[in-house]
Parts: sequence; structure tokens; C-alpha cells
Amino acid sequence: MSKNTIKVALIGNPNTGKTSLFNQLTGLNQKVGNYPGVTVDKKQGISKLSATQNAIITDLPGTYSINPTSLDESIVLKTLLKKDIKESPDVILVVADVENLKRNLLLFSQIKDLEIPTVLAINMADQMAKKGISINISLLEKELNTKVVLISARKNEGINELKEALICCHLAAKSSPLCGINYKVDPEYFDELKKISPNYSLYKLWLMVTQNNFPDEITKKEKDKLLAFQQDISKLKKYQHKETIYRYQEINKILNKTYSIDKSKATDLRSKLDKIFTHKIFGYVLFFLILLVIFQSIFDWASYPMDFIDNTFASLSNFAKSNLPNGVLTDLLTEGIIPGIGGVIIFIPQIAILFLFIAVLEETGYMSRVVFLMDKIMRRFGMNGKSVIPLISGTACAIPAIMATRTIASWKERLITILVTPFATCSARLPVYAILIALVIPNKKVLGFLNLQGLVLLLLYALGFLTAILAAYILHKTLKINSKSFFVVEMPNYKVPSFKNVFFEVVEKTKAFVFGAGKIILALSIVLWFLASNGGSDFKNAEKIVVENVANQNLNDDELQQKVASKKLEKSYIGMLGKTIEPVIKPLGYDWKIGIALITSFAAREVFVGTLATIYSVEADDEDTTTIKQKMASEMNPDTGAKRFNFPVGMSLLIFYAFAMQCMATLAIVKRETKSWKWPIIQLFGMGLLAYISSLITYQILS
Amino acid sequence: MSTIASLQVGETGYISEESLDFIPLKLLEMGCLPGAEIELIQIAPLKDPLYICVNGSHLAIRKETASQIQILKSNL
Repeated sequence: MSKNTIKVALIGNPNTGKTSLFNQLTGLNQKVGNYPGVTVDKKQGISKLSATQNAIITDLPGTYSINPTSLDESIVLKTLLKKDIKESPDVILVVADVENLKRNLLLFSQIKDLEIPTVLAINMADQMAKKGISINISLLEKELNTKVVLISARKNEGINELKEALICCHLAAKSSPLCGINYKVDPEYFDELKKISPNYSLYKLWLMVTQNNFPDEITKKEKDKLLAFQQDISKLKKYQHKETIYRYQEINKILNKTYSIDKSKATDLRSKLDKIFTHKIFGYVLFFLILLVIFQSIFDWASYPMDFIDNTFASLSNFAKSNLPNGVLTDLLTEGIIPGIGGVIIFIPQIAILFLFIAVLEETGYMSRVVFLMDKIMRRFGMNGKSVIPLISGTACAIPAIMATRTIASWKERLITILVTPFATCSARLPVYAILIALVIPNKKVLGFLNLQGLVLLLLYALGFLTAILAAYILHKTLKINSKSFFVVEMPNYKVPSFKNVFFEVVEKTKAFVFGAGKIILALSIVLWFLASNGGSDFKNAEKIVVENVANQNLNDDELQQKVASKKLEKSYIGMLGKTIEPVIKPLGYDWKIGIALITSFAAREVFVGTLATIYSVEADDEDTTTIKQKMASEMNPDTGAKRFNFPVGMSLLIFYAFAMQCMATLAIVKRETKSWKWPIIQLFGMGLLAYISSLITYQILS
Repeated sequence: MSTIASLQVGETGYISEESLDFIPLKLLEMGCLPGAEIELIQIAPLKDPLYICVNGSHLAIRKETASQIQILKSNL
């Protein structure tokens, strides 16, 4: 790192425009990494402060205080307590909202006591005149002993002054606590605490004690002494309360001198909108309509780019095949890697569109109203109003959805949400549903206007949600986890969404999918390709066997090649695997070929379609679904002489795909988020068992 | 003694000094302080959670929490 780069930590309450400021300061120079040892994403970006001075800006998760109550918030504390030269910030930039300055200053006062150089940016300054707010900045600076800058991040105002302030503040280096706040609570007690170590500010020591969070470099002796302070928990709690009240008293004193608001200028747009959005009937109707619009748009808009991606990768594969020399490497490329990457990219449109909507709803402040409306309902099922967002996101992809549960403070509610989210109908199930529905559900109208096929698809979506809710209820009643359920949601002011913020949010979520799931889908595609293109001695002799069998059938070259490919698959390792599980899946109406497709679906469910295409010896690169459909439709069951994909089998498969946990990438994310293999394994077998039993019942009743 | 949960929509009250120990730290930090004026803005359609405004913060809290915090109702 060059001398001319300073490290700035960006911190602030949620809904203060912190993200806007971050985007404004860093633009496209952003990257998302990981904090060592924890799963929370670390957003960093580079900002050019002046011609000679750069800054690495770390966007810390929004928080109301440095005493954390959720996973997201604990990261803030961890970062700030660190003494590591590489990680700890040179300057802390606190963002505050001009309308909520009092509450924002609480966090500021805590930060200030860490004795790290701090700059305070008061955001949304453009609203001041409208809201009748006036601030005496120079007096505020004096009282807070801090450089204060008025900005309006969305309008790009005050950003240059802020950059200058960051440089000055960095040069000033040493910072003093706001008012030695803890001494006022109990001087003797805090004197004792202070004596433990000269290496840390008093407030840092106090945080280590109250949050049980110790930096790595602390000595054993110091740690033991600090642990002794933890003995009297009720005293700690009492002092934390006292400390907070004291902080607010100080803040009030300062604001009385420097801040005034003319209440008569307040508009009641918020309360008018709230009356509509949280109305006992319209509130739910509106939410339902919004969901409908979202799903409709996902279907309508995403199909064009998806078809385009599908065709592009198919022709890419074809092109590579016809232009590269024959060999294993070419096969790996054309049958493993290219379709594997295509299988990842194809989901991007749906995921991006869904997160576009979610980002807009969050930016406007509407999402908090949904949480408010849904909390009571979700609580009956052991979840939380905040669980609604993961469940909706789950209809695109469970991976970003499960990561979105991090804001849920109660571990039990969060865990249940994580466990049931994969029941939501994700975009990978859609191609499977589409082809099966086309095969077994007649394309006719019911009640005069409803398309039966569309209706079945809708029912499958409903089935996913209902199962999620039901599973949550069962988990709620059976899981014996004691976790403090505490719930508080801020209801922010309604805002017009900022294009920039929405754009960056969509890019970030899509990246999370591509790099989280993508790696696993791609790796698994390659493994499956290997298993499908290698086998025992029968595999090597496949061509000979076929030629002997069909010697009298007068097939042309193409037909012969298809027969050979099909035989090869049957005799490959994966074919052997399919044959092995055949007895288990036979009661569900499946044969070994479907068995193979079930196994390969673990890469991503939609691989089902491609696998069947290969098995039914459609030319491997031709992903035209009509031909696959025709092949599937004409496939016979040799035992019964009836069609293989008849109504009972089709329904049984639909039910199986609705319930089964066939996604390695999701399992990996659940492992990461719950920090144990226990929960993904429970999920795999629990959902698998449910899928098996339900499909069994479906098939047996229908056939 | 009344609590936040016993307020009517649109009614205001002052958080009593005695309830300090019953206010979760997080709420305290968000501005829900003893002595502060609190207004019940709205009740969710299923009677829970409650939408309150205190010290300029607009918050939704569950009834369970609200019923632990004692208040003195403002004189109407």
C-alpha cells in the first residue's frame, strides 16, 4: 500500500444515505470481499481525495450503535476494535441524517470515544430548508471537537469539502474522546478498568468487557483481568443503560445550542402514505399486487435475454466443436465447461430483475412497511417480518436470499428462515416445470379464460410458499433453541430511489450469485461431464455393441451416432449410478434415465432438461426444447408399454422437484451461514424425504 | 400503570423513569429514553407490532416489548 493511501471506515445508521455517499465517493472502483473468518461481505472502494491522496473506503454495515445485536452489526465492532495496522482505519467517517441528528450522534459519540480520528458528515443537507432545520456548524464543530461537513450525497454536494476534511483529519492523527463519558457513570469502576492496559482507550476496554470481543493481540494477563469485570452481568447491563442515557444528555445539551427545527414546516406526506401502505386491507392488497407485478415482469422480461444466452452458448459450443481438433480437451470444453458457464449465466436475467425490484422497494422505504405488516403473521410460523424479503428473493435464487437473512437478530428466527427458503420456487426449477407441464398437462382453457398449464405453474409456486410456511411452523414447534427474540425496525421516510444505489445493489447481488453459486455449478458440471464420458469396458465397447445390435436396421450415420451416444451414457459411470438407484426410485415411476437426471440436478436443477436431452440422444448441443419434448413424449416404458412421461410420472416429478433440496450451491451457503454441516445435512435429508414420500404418494394414487 | 401498548393511535405519553431497566439497550440507543415523549402512530392490522415515534425516531416494535415500557399519558 502506498504512503498516499489512507484507510477510511464509513459508518452510520441505516437509512442515512451511507450507501449513496459510498457510491458517490468510490464510483465504480468497488469490490466486495470477505472479512477474515466471518461471512459478512466487505465492501471496499477507492476514492481519489486529491491529486496526491487516495483513500480506501470500507463501507461498514449500517448500525445504530457499536453494541451489536445482529451478525451484520458485530462486524462494525470487530473492525473498530482491531489494532492490526493493515486492517484498522486511519480515519472514521460517520454519516448522519440531518433529520435524525440526535440519534445519529449517539453512534458518533461512541465512535469518538474510541479515540480514532473522526469526521462527521451530515447528509441530506438539501432537505434542511424544506424541513425548517438550521444548524450552527462552527459551534457544533467546537462542541464535538470534530470536523463537520454538510453534504447531500445524492446531489453530489459537499463531497469535495468532505474529501478535504478527510485529508486534514488524517494529518491531525490523534483524537480525544468526546467527554470521557464513562467516568460519569461510576468513576472508581472505570478507573480500575483503565488501569488494565495503557494500549487501549478506556472505551475500547469497556467494549471488550461488555461485548466479550477481544482483539487477537491482547495479552493473556490483560484478558483475564477484563474477564473478571464480566462477573457481575447485571451491573454491566445497568452501566450500559446509564452510559446511553448520559450520552443522550450530552448530545441534547450540544444540540440545544446548535440545532433548531421549525416544526410548522414539517409535511405529513409520510403519515398519508403510511395510512395507505399499512392499511388493514389495502396494505395487503397492495403488497400482493406488487408481488404479482414483480413475478409477471420476471417471466416477461427475463425470457428474452435467457433465450439469447441459451442460443449463444449452444452456438459457442457448436463452434468450438467444429473448429477444434477432436479430443478429450475439446469434449471437456464443449460438453463440460461451456454448458457449465452457460448454466450459470442463464439465471442472471431473472436474478437481476428480481433484485432490481427488491432494491427499489428497499430504497423507497416500502420494505419496512412490509416487515411491519407481515411480522405478526410470520411470527406464528417461527419467523420474523424480515423473513419476507429472503422468501421473495428465494424465487430467484436461494443463495442471495439466504445471505439476506443476516439482518434478522434472533438466531432461531433466522435459522428457520434459512432452512425453509429453498422451498421457494427458484429460477432453476422453472425450466424443469416448463418442460414437464408441457408434457403432461393438456394445453386447454379452464373456466373459459384460465390456461390450465399456467394454472398448474401458479399452483406449484403456491405449493412452494405453503410448504415453506408449514415447514417453518414444524421447525418452530420442534427446534429447542433459546434465542432472545428482539424486534425493532426503523420506519424510514419515503424516498425516491436513487438510480445509482439501485444499480450497484443489483450488480452486487448478481455477483454474489455468480461467484457463490457459479463456482459450484461449474465445478459440478465438469465432474458430471467426466462421469458421463467415462466408464468401464462396456463403455469403451459401446460403439461395437450398438453396431452389432442394429446391423439389420439400415440406420443412417446420424441415427447410428445417436444410438451410440445413448449407449455410451448408459454404460458410463453416471449411467451405472442411475442403474444403481433405479430400484429406489422405481416406486416413484422413474427409470434409471430419470435417475441420472435427478443426480445431475445437484449441479443446478435445470440441468435435468439438458441431461434428458443427452440421454434421449438428441444431439447434445441442440437445446431446442421442442425436440427434447418430442423425444420425451415418445419415450416408452418397456414394462408397461405405455408412455414413459405419462400423467402420473410427470406429476410425481413435479412434486419431487418442488420439494427436494437438489442444489449443492445452496447447501454450501447454508453451511457457511450456519457455520456447521448439521443444518445443510438436515435440510438435504429432510427435504429429500419429503420429496420422496410426496412423489411416491402422488404416483401411486394417480397410476 | 399504562404502558406503550395501552396507548391509542395518535395518543402520546412520556416514558417513565422506572421503566429504564425494562427498555432493551437497543431501543434505548434508538432514542427510546425515560422522560421522552412517545407517540403511537399506528397499530399493524393484526394488532401487532406497534408503530411509534420517539425522539424523532420512527420505529416498529412488538407489543411484547411495548407492554414492558411504562408511560405517563399526556393530559388530553
